[in-house]
Amino acid sequence: MSKANLLERRSVVGSLLADRKDAVVVGGLGASTYDIAAAGDHERNFYLWGAMGGAVMIGLGVALAQPDLPVVVITGDGEMLMGMGSLATVGLQKPGNLTIVVLDNEVYGETGGQASHTAATVDLVGVARSCGIADARAIATMAEIEAFAPSMQDVSSGPRFASIKIDSANLERVLSSRDGTFIVNRMRGALGFNPI
Amino acid sequence: MHARADTPTETAASWPEDIFAILQRFDVRQVPYVPDAGHSQLIERVLGASSMRAVPLTTEEEGVALLAGAWAGGQRGVLLMQSSGVGNCVNMLSLTQIFRLPFLTLVTMRGEWGEFNPWQVPMGSSTQAVFELSGIKVLRASHPEEVREVVEAAAGQAYNACTPTAVLLSQRLIGAKVFTK
Repeated sequence: MSKANLLERRSVVGSLLADRKDAVVVGGLGASTYDIAAAGDHERNFYLWGAMGGAVMIGLGVALAQPDLPVVVITGDGEMLMGMGSLATVGLQKPGNLTIVVLDNEVYGETGGQASHTAATVDLVGVARSCGIADARAIATMAEIEAFAPSMQDVSSGPRFASIKIDSANLERVLSSRDGTFIVNRMRGALGFNPI
Repeated sequence: MHARADTPTETAASWPEDIFAILQRFDVRQVPYVPDAGHSQLIERVLGASSMRAVPLTTEEEGVALLAGAWAGGQRGVLLMQSSGVGNCVNMLSLTQIFRLPFLTLVTMRGEWGEFNPWQVPMGSSTQAVFELSGIKVLRASHPEEVREVVEAAAGQAYNACTPTAVLLSQRLIGAKVFTK
């Protein structure tokens, strides 16, 4: 596989979220959460600092609760591999408003750059498709990102899955809030729910 | 000792109906589950309820994460599983504390009260301790007539006080699984 011309993660996420409107965005543990924070803090951002393997299921829970809102999960290849069964669960539920984006740098960047399974054998697009997510694609260019971003607003044609090969550079961390009760209650408030 | 068959063909028990009524009264909307024979009657009721979304899982930890998302999106949920699945949840249970979730799980017990299969015993023996070490309050029901008040109390403290709670439904209640050739 060619490593040339891989996309830069912050540009990818910035472009995906540039016109997010009312979308809820869930960021997987690690660099994906920093990328979402770098694109701009937002009351509908759901930052994960743990719960590795849980990002897609958290997104599914929001998507089922709020079927009229676009829900976008942005996570990494390592986090996605740990929760691969959740693609099967999503494929069964078929939430029209859920988009799953995997930023695939083929390494565990937070822990020293060890190779992940996607570097050698695993094709996450194929996994998603065989789990019943018909709209599953690999994205390789910024033009494709720009074309894909508006489709995330369509709450009836999902679930959709995109794997985007990115370069493995470790960028400066952009730290979001890591207070879970703040993050979840801010989101609930933005959706019109009062504290208990 | 009660016996139970592999398939839910026996006379319907009333306690699963009690649980279903409580879940409806508390406006529970998302019901993730990994199937268990002890939950089969309740799962059937959930699958037939228009107000509830049944979500079959590939592993129990998915359900913990799903309920975190459900709560963020304004809905209550309950996770149905058997005791062997509790160990699959351990790291994900941290979400119940991190988000102060109104987390409720109903767990059918194996590995106790006349168990035939030794492979169920280690996890069944540590189920309560695993929950408690994870910051989850544990209540138990062992007799049909106490299920209603135990589940009602659990739902009340989970949903009203955001106190993560597990109800262990004893093997004595559901009956030891019978293995025949």
